[in-house]
Amino acid sequence: MSTVLPTPATVKTGEPVLQIRNLVVDYGYGDDPTHVLREVSLTLNKGEVLGLAGESGCGMSTLAYAASRLLPPPGIITGGEVLFTRRDGSVVDILKLSDKELRAARWNDIAIVFQGAMNSLNPVYRVSKQLTDVIATHRPALSRRELDDRAAELLELVGISPDRLRSFPHQLSGGMRQRVMIAMALALEPQVLIMDEPTTALDVVMQRQIVEQITDLRERLGFAVIFITHDVSLLIEVADRIAIMYAGEIVESATASEVYRMPRHPYSDGLLGSFPPLHGPRRELGGIPGSPPDLAKPIDGCPYADRCPFAFDRCRVENPALKQTVFADLEPERLVACHLHDLPLAKVPVQLTRRPA
Amino acid sequence: MSNEAPDPDDNGIALEATGLEKLFPVRGLRGRAVHAVDGVDIRLDRGRVVALVGESGSGKSTIAKLLALLIPRTGGDLRLDGEPISGRGRRAFRAYSRRVQLIFQDPFASLNPVHTVRYTLTRSVRIHRGALRGAALESALELLLDRVQLRPASRYLEKFPHELSGGQRQRVAIARALAANPEVLLADEPVSMLDVSIRLGILNLLKDLRDDLNLAILYITHDIASARYFADRTSVMYAGRIVETGDSESVTQRPAHPYTRLLIDSAPDPDQLTKAARKARGEAPSLVTPPAGCRFNPRCQFATDLCRTENPPLLDVDTGRQAACWGYSDRQDRPVLDDTLVGGRVSS
Ligand SMILES: Nc1ncnc2c1ncn2[C@@H]1O[C@H](COP(=O)(O)OP(=O)(O)OP(=O)(O)O)[C@@H](O)[C@H]1O
Ligand SMILES: Nc1ncnc2c1ncn2[C@@H]1O[C@H](COP(=O)(O)OP(=O)(O)OP(=O)(O)O)[C@@H](O)[C@H]1O
Ligand SMILES: [Mg+2]
Ligand SMILES: [Mg+2]
Repeated sequence: MSTVLPTPATVKTGEPVLQIRNLVVDYGYGDDPTHVLREVSLTLNKGEVLGLAGESGCGMSTLAYAASRLLPPPGIITGGEVLFTRRDGSVVDILKLSDKELRAARWNDIAIVFQGAMNSLNPVYRVSKQLTDVIATHRPALSRRELDDRAAELLELVGISPDRLRSFPHQLSGGMRQRVMIAMALALEPQVLIMDEPTTALDVVMQRQIVEQITDLRERLGFAVIFITHDVSLLIEVADRIAIMYAGEIVESATASEVYRMPRHPYSDGLLGSFPPLHGPRRELGGIPGSPPDLAKPIDGCPYADRCPFAFDRCRVENPALKQTVFADLEPERLVACHLHDLPLAKVPVQLTRRPA
Repeated sequence: MSNEAPDPDDNGIALEATGLEKLFPVRGLRGRAVHAVDGVDIRLDRGRVVALVGESGSGKSTIAKLLALLIPRTGGDLRLDGEPISGRGRRAFRAYSRRVQLIFQDPFASLNPVHTVRYTLTRSVRIHRGALRGAALESALELLLDRVQLRPASRYLEKFPHELSGGQRQRVAIARALAANPEVLLADEPVSMLDVSIRLGILNLLKDLRDDLNLAILYITHDIASARYFADRTSVMYAGRIVETGDSESVTQRPAHPYTRLLIDSAPDPDQLTKAARKARGEAPSLVTPPAGCRFNPRCQFATDLCRTENPPLLDVDTGRQAACWGYSDRQDRPVLDDTLVGGRVSS
């Protein structure tokens, strides 16, 4: 079986378009907030697809909302910055933009497909109107005719026959509504596209068609994508780089194939190891025992320690920082938040030390 | 209706639909309609799981809603426990929905935003177990949340839907359906927003309920690998029709219909990135003016004139397996399938 992976060499690295730095998000005001994001840092480079994965409730959507300043109350950003590089090269902190600047940037510079996108269309307007409204706001010079043509073109892009343009949202299937939201996000060819579980209601044929469409567009237009999904197989296919989240923190970040073939964090190993294969012999499946910690309570030490088969004393008292792996010299780019990687190689569990090529 | 206790070994039919049809009229286009579900037969046995996979927009959710009597059908018959169901009358509907529960596809829309998790689940528990209160109610709620891995229950009971993540809402919706202790569970993409670890937990839970309570389950999903693991039988839908049905292992490992083949080949597979889907392109058909003959014919590499003119019925391809493809008929003008499909030559 061939195992050649697409090299990320085609991606221009070192040209960040979105830099999230030490982002802290709480839910709830007063003395007793839930700390849902705890100092998250993440860099998205031009032309790159960055995958974000983790268990349910670990803060992926919160990160997506906070970075685009769409966090609904009682969510509050209490620290950090989100630096966005404009087309002209200037850098702004999204968190400091005025409301007017923010409105101008939305859809045009940064577009987001929400989780539950199938529910975020306005039920009282036809799909055609909702699409053309978004375009018209940012491209006032376009004629009615041009707007309609563009809307039809966008629907075809996502595999919906244009005879459905005049449908109301409730007349479309879940996956069709999801695709309308994807079309809307693509409408203005933004520089950053944030997609939160965008394909949960799509069959794999349609999913592949849309993912290819997005990959083509990103090559042509050079935009960057943050792709959030629980579908690990899909993520490994679409993402250049993957960041694994746990309990409001990034615990591992590396290229997609590295995370899949040689996970360095015990959590990544558990998360990636338990999906059912479509081909080959059926095998019994485990999953990670236990659940993520309650973010409303203070967490001492590593948040994964309670579930980690390799936890030792230090893990229960000190939260590990995101830093290089035990193979620092061989894979300097890889980051992991795990005390095991401070130990001598011989003491690190073999599951986590598959050798880099 | 029979009052006998269900025999655990009896895998009798719980819910059966024949010739199910749903046409949605299109406004402004007189006489034209969306053919959302077109002549579908489906049978849910006690203690068995049937997976329904297929194209987005092919009618899967519509089938679930028809079976739950949430929308009226434009054709076909429905029987629960052998009793014909008309779908009229409020009382009859309430009695029916106690026995047949639906988990909606969209957890963002299906939970009432003004009610807490506690309220939602309490109401559902009481439908089944009467005016439960105090410690008994508390422990019932705790057990429900524990089953869907929302632990500890106290962390979630007082929350409103908007305070929950997507996957957490999905699990509350599952708990609500289970609380009513139904005989038939119609689960429309119940685990699409859950990570593999929790997904496995929930599917294993449903499996246990299937075995312990003899529950009949319809499992609608886009995750074909999970259908392979979880479902006894799998049916594949394309443009309003069932195009293939059989035991899950055969359907997923040796597909018979060209559309099923395309579906299986398109599934992401991290171990085979290079072979990744070649022929994914192709227009999804309009359901307002569906293609004549086999609805898959415009995208099918094997299509002949026969496929373009006559609609193929479900034909036997193997024991317990059927596919709606002329390639399996004995007609003179049938298309010739290749050896990637079960009907082709056996490859070495
Ligand atoms: N308004 C709120 N008040 C209190 N807690 C909240 C609120 N909104 C979200 N949370 C909690 O914050 C955590 C992170 O939520 P988020 O939606 O970011 O999760 P997620 O990683 O996207 O999960 P999923 O994959 O299930 O969608 C969850 O545990 C959730 O319960
Ligand atoms: N109320 C309605 N009025 C008109 N058309 C409708 C209505 N409800 C559904 N449809 C159409 O019926 C077809 C089947 O929809 P359905 O929701 O059953 O698809 P599905 O198989 O569940 O798709 P998905 O996987 O995307 O959820 C679609 O073409 C949809 O647009
Ligand atoms: Mg989410
Ligand atoms: Mg559906």
